[in-house]
Amino acid sequence: MRNKLLPVCLLVATSIFGQVPVDTTSNAKMDALFGRDTTLHTPKDEKMNLDAVYNRPFLRPGKLPISKGGYVEANTQYANTDGVSEGLSFQMRRMTIFMAATINRRIKFLTEIEFEDGTKEINIEFASVDFQFNSLLNLRTGILMNPIGSFNQNHDGPKWEFVDRPLSSTRIIPSTFSNVGFGLYGKKYTRNWVFAYECYLTNGFDNSIIANTQNRTFLPAAKVNPNRFEESFNGVPLVTLKAAVKRRKFGEIGLSWMGGVYNKFRDDGLVLDQRRRVDVWAVDFNTVLPGSRTYLNGEFVWARVDVPSTYSQQFGRRQQGGWLDVVQPVLRGRMLGWNTATLNVAARLERVDYNVGTFNETNENIYDEIWSVVPAISFRPSPTTVIRANYRYQWDTDILGNPPARTAIFQVGFSTYF
Amino acid sequence: MGPTAPREDELLDGPVAGLTPAQSARHLAGDIAFNDEIFTPETGLGPVFVANSCGSCHPGDGKGHPFTTLIRFGHTDSLGQNEFDHGFQIQNRAIPGYEPEQLPEGTPFAKFTPPSNSGLGYLELVSDEDILGMAAANAKNPDGVRGHPNWNLLPGYVTPRPNSRRQGDRYITRFGKKGSVYNLFHQTVVAYNQDMGITSTFDPSDVYTLKSIDPEVSDRKVRDVVFYLQTLKAPIQRNPDDPAVLRGQQLFVQTGCESCHKQTLKTGYSPVAALANTEFHPYTDLLLHNMGPGLDDGYTEGSAGGAEWRTPPLWGLGLAQNSQGGQVYLMHDGRARSIREAIRMHGGEAASIQKRFEEMPAASQADVIAFLKSL
Repeated sequence: MRNKLLPVCLLVATSIFGQVPVDTTSNAKMDALFGRDTTLHTPKDEKMNLDAVYNRPFLRPGKLPISKGGYVEANTQYANTDGVSEGLSFQMRRMTIFMAATINRRIKFLTEIEFEDGTKEINIEFASVDFQFNSLLNLRTGILMNPIGSFNQNHDGPKWEFVDRPLSSTRIIPSTFSNVGFGLYGKKYTRNWVFAYECYLTNGFDNSIIANTQNRTFLPAAKVNPNRFEESFNGVPLVTLKAAVKRRKFGEIGLSWMGGVYNKFRDDGLVLDQRRRVDVWAVDFNTVLPGSRTYLNGEFVWARVDVPSTYSQQFGRRQQGGWLDVVQPVLRGRMLGWNTATLNVAARLERVDYNVGTFNETNENIYDEIWSVVPAISFRPSPTTVIRANYRYQWDTDILGNPPARTAIFQVGFSTYF
Repeated sequence: MGPTAPREDELLDGPVAGLTPAQSARHLAGDIAFNDEIFTPETGLGPVFVANSCGSCHPGDGKGHPFTTLIRFGHTDSLGQNEFDHGFQIQNRAIPGYEPEQLPEGTPFAKFTPPSNSGLGYLELVSDEDILGMAAANAKNPDGVRGHPNWNLLPGYVTPRPNSRRQGDRYITRFGKKGSVYNLFHQTVVAYNQDMGITSTFDPSDVYTLKSIDPEVSDRKVRDVVFYLQTLKAPIQRNPDDPAVLRGQQLFVQTGCESCHKQTLKTGYSPVAALANTEFHPYTDLLLHNMGPGLDDGYTEGSAGGAEWRTPPLWGLGLAQNSQGGQVYLMHDGRARSIREAIRMHGGEAASIQKRFEEMPAASQADVIAFLKSL
């Protein structure tokens, strides 16, 4: 049923938005950023989460046909769980390399290769060719990041005041979740509004989301399967749809859905199980409050997984969570010799409920949840570099609702584009 | 700025004091296998099972929750054989694509809520002679308390301890709700196989096909888990000097509760010096007692009849709500929702003692319960 929504969605979007002329006035800004025409034609103040993948300060490699860049982030942390600490750790969280090429004025390629925890994980997170037919109709194909929520698309470390990625965006939504596939996206501008849509068909999840060593329904378990870049686990594409609207000088709100069959219900022509679906819905938003210039950014997610009724209740059929970041600049301008420095105070409040429901045996609540609050201070010597200090306090409650494990983590680190 | 550690007497997990560094490392290896290893279909789970990890049933090494309650069924005949040919335990869950087992219609069965693991190593080291001694001492108990050990057959992979007592081909067994398990090695192998569907070289029988398959857990890991269970500390009493607790303890003894819930036992030799030749306070006699028709599920194990249950240790009772999700689920199947309710369910050999408790003034009852909550 939901698969049938795709062509309808495209038809409606096309009929509403129509064809618009290319916004050539914005090219100069994009040229400055990428060193060449990039075909997105999006003025800087109209950037949306959709644009995040190309909205990066790449280095300009002169006359080479490829522009390169990336970001790096590292930190130190001291964690204490219920009075027990493993001591001080130094972490090289990730180094990501971008390469982009404008093959033609309206054909471009970008890839993002990520090294996490040194070389513990090496992933091609993004490697897509974009063909622009007009601003409302672009074809993207290759390895792409499913646009569920905002963080999965807009996750570069230097953009955030927090060392850790948001919990619900990494434990319910499996950021950074990328898959092979293709789809369409586009944007429509009016005087004060920008509308955007994205529709993709990709490979998807697998049985591991309910059979993993986390002992809970865990969509990110599918990221471990390298075969998802080679073939679909079950032959049924994962559908991802996102619509977003932005009011200029106010903020953006996005609604997204990702769904499909996750299990191997047949193999070699034999029926192994019934088709079991996973569906994820997300709402994301961001805005800057006028006057105080307080930046608010948040995302809420709901997941529903068809877990066999005869399987362990350890694996939840419903999950939900969300996070809200508040970032308040307190000093701007010249500091310590940097001309465009900013000092921010920030806080994140986040929650993940891995298992929404009640026990069959007792009809009492199933817990398996996390609450966390993260106050932070960040210093940005330039907009592309952040030095940040975080203090995380987290409550992890087990599936039964026993007294939560309490964890405090001090983190100091940096992240910068290069 | 960080959380402080809970008091030691509020925790049930953690090793006995005095382990050597090598023993600590082995305890830690067993801890990881017990609490952190999650079995999946790829690593051998099931295909039918009750739980997918040891820690799922014993959170924080405490009592388990009804959601991991297991079901034993059937009736052992005079030859010691279960009348059903598909094992003695229902695997009520299954990996996707499989159907879990169903309880045969009309079969006697009992539900078992997972017990706490604390102090099991001490219980393992109580000599058969002491167990028989406690049974013999009850011969003239004026309240009608009797009790006998479970005499049971041992699987081939279990080697009896030196000086084990036997009756024909049967040995004294002591672990489990019906006391039908010989030692912690026996218990661990059974739990891997029957609870999680994990085969080992000791019990290679697949719970689904009942045919031998390759081992899904290594011998080393099984041994490490056994060592972990053997070296878990005993629960520590809280507020032992509280006047209400002291009054309650005195009433506990005077009322006759101690006839079965023996305060003090002693261990014999152990290669782990921290466990050897020491007194401990588990509040059990490791014997089977007839608890009356109210607790007769009709299910039998070894020489334990349907109404016979091994005296459960009471140590750690006051911490039950910390592992049962803020609630308490007591008695063998969690049917009692409070300590008072559990006491009221005592019948059979304990009927007169239970009656004596009911006739106490309310304040005295409260003292007894305060004492039990301190354990």
